[in-house]
Amino acid sequence: MSAALRTLSAHSSRLIVAVPWFWLALFFVLPFLFILKISLSEPQLAMPPYMDWVREFEDGLLTITLNFGNYVLLFEDELYRDALWGSFTVASISTLLCLLLGYPMAYAIARAPEHWRMPLLMLIILPFWTSFLLRVYAWIGILKDNGLLNQLLMSMGLIEQPLQILHTPVAVYIGVVYSYLPFLVLPLYATLIRLDNTLLEAAADLGARPARQFFTVTLPQSMPGIVAGSMLVFIPVMGEFVIPDLLGGPDTLMVGKLMWIEFFSNKDWPVASSLAAILLLVLIVPFVLMRHYEQRRQAEEEA
Amino acid sequence: MRQFFTRSPLLVMMLLAGYAFLYLPIVSLIVYSFNESRLVTVWGGFSTKWYGELMSNGPLLDAAALSLKIAALNATLAVVLGTLAALALVRFRKARGHKSLGVMVAAPLVMPEIIIGLSLLLLFVALENLTGWPEGRGQTTILIAHATFSMAYVTVIVQSRLAHMDTSIEEAAMDLGARPLRVFFTVTLPMIAPALMAGWLLAFTLSMDDLVIASFVSGPGATTLPMVVYSSVRLGVSPQINALATIFIAVVSLAVLIASVILYRQEKARQ
Repeated sequence: MSAALRTLSAHSSRLIVAVPWFWLALFFVLPFLFILKISLSEPQLAMPPYMDWVREFEDGLLTITLNFGNYVLLFEDELYRDALWGSFTVASISTLLCLLLGYPMAYAIARAPEHWRMPLLMLIILPFWTSFLLRVYAWIGILKDNGLLNQLLMSMGLIEQPLQILHTPVAVYIGVVYSYLPFLVLPLYATLIRLDNTLLEAAADLGARPARQFFTVTLPQSMPGIVAGSMLVFIPVMGEFVIPDLLGGPDTLMVGKLMWIEFFSNKDWPVASSLAAILLLVLIVPFVLMRHYEQRRQAEEEA
Repeated sequence: MRQFFTRSPLLVMMLLAGYAFLYLPIVSLIVYSFNESRLVTVWGGFSTKWYGELMSNGPLLDAAALSLKIAALNATLAVVLGTLAALALVRFRKARGHKSLGVMVAAPLVMPEIIIGLSLLLLFVALENLTGWPEGRGQTTILIAHATFSMAYVTVIVQSRLAHMDTSIEEAAMDLGARPLRVFFTVTLPMIAPALMAGWLLAFTLSMDDLVIASFVSGPGATTLPMVVYSSVRLGVSPQINALATIFIAVVSLAVLIASVILYRQEKARQ
């Protein structure tokens, strides 16, 4: 950048940074403090349905009351523990399933003839552009008792009675893998396309078999893409609501759904807030992990 | 492609299986929108009657109009905010707040919607108690909420375009004495225009599609399309929703097709 550009941009730079910075500080970061605040207050039957910490009594006395009861409840009541564990299980297993399905896809696209890569990538992204809600809805028609899948299996004579798939954990896994697959394929592809082919050739020259070449050269080199992509699936799935609500059943309890019920049905804002606070806390580690690998990938890209 | 197939048939098979998994549900949505029978999975002959019923579904059309309006406003706001954030991140690495802005932009991309929705609602309620603004919740609060997470997506798109952009033309304009603002509008903006278009479309789609965040920050007067779809879907499958989905898919495919043709021509012209 020329010297003139640098001095002139010094003035405008402050404004250019400040506008998005304050927007996100006000509407993205500050709200988290309110989650913390409300999670420490007592519920009441009013609008808004929580009591303020600071209360003024008739004698003019100000008192501050913090209520840790919501958090105690989360640790004592099995329902909340089960929901957290349920979310963690679904998020981990579906991230793994996405990797098993997405890695070969990203690998195949990266190995495809060059003029095929862009259209193939577009086909991965395209479903992401059509409504998520409607795509989850499509699975109801496929998985229900008299749905497409059961009709197909029965007409092939594979099963006598329709299988109950909808409203089971299997349906949730199908829905999650289906919805989040593109988030994993794209960063994986970005890493795989820039693999150093000379290393593979060297390994081949030294007599490594294809499988060994893959596990000792390709896989370690694609680690940044694997981690970044996995976190892009794992983190949002931890708080997923629509999929467990529409495809899951009573035995697929997840934090997102429980928060929704606490908030909309039970009108218990403080408990919903403490659930959100715990979920945020749990997600910090994967988020830092993702940032770390994402920045490494960016640095490599710019180098 | 044939060579690719004979060289690694297993890989191609897996790729095809993956695409089948991604597209079969969409195909089934479209096929059954033309089904005469109310039972979504039993074929009763070709019919377009569900499209007719959809067009006379008043509440759904009102919600669609509201969603389109919010989506268009949101996309415009998100492109402005996201472009500023991308400029800040790529061009002003030494500016104060650069690092924290990077974190704040990355977080909404993965943050569970349910947390964004709940936390923003609590903020709006507290703000209203404190300052009287926003008065109740509805369009404005949905717009603010949508712009906050959409701008993060726009930032990512514009950021990668800016990072790979050739800055020599900007420098030439500077050397010829153009002021920074003029350089931005005559050189930088046209060069990043494709990214802005892609960002606008993505922000529009994200807003049209959002159920969770809107449910939290909306008020009694503002029901968006996903909210109507959700309450109808909870009651079971309905061919009207299939018809709606088909219209969605048709519009999106057309938009993506047009956008890629424009991009392709631009690339060709540049070469």
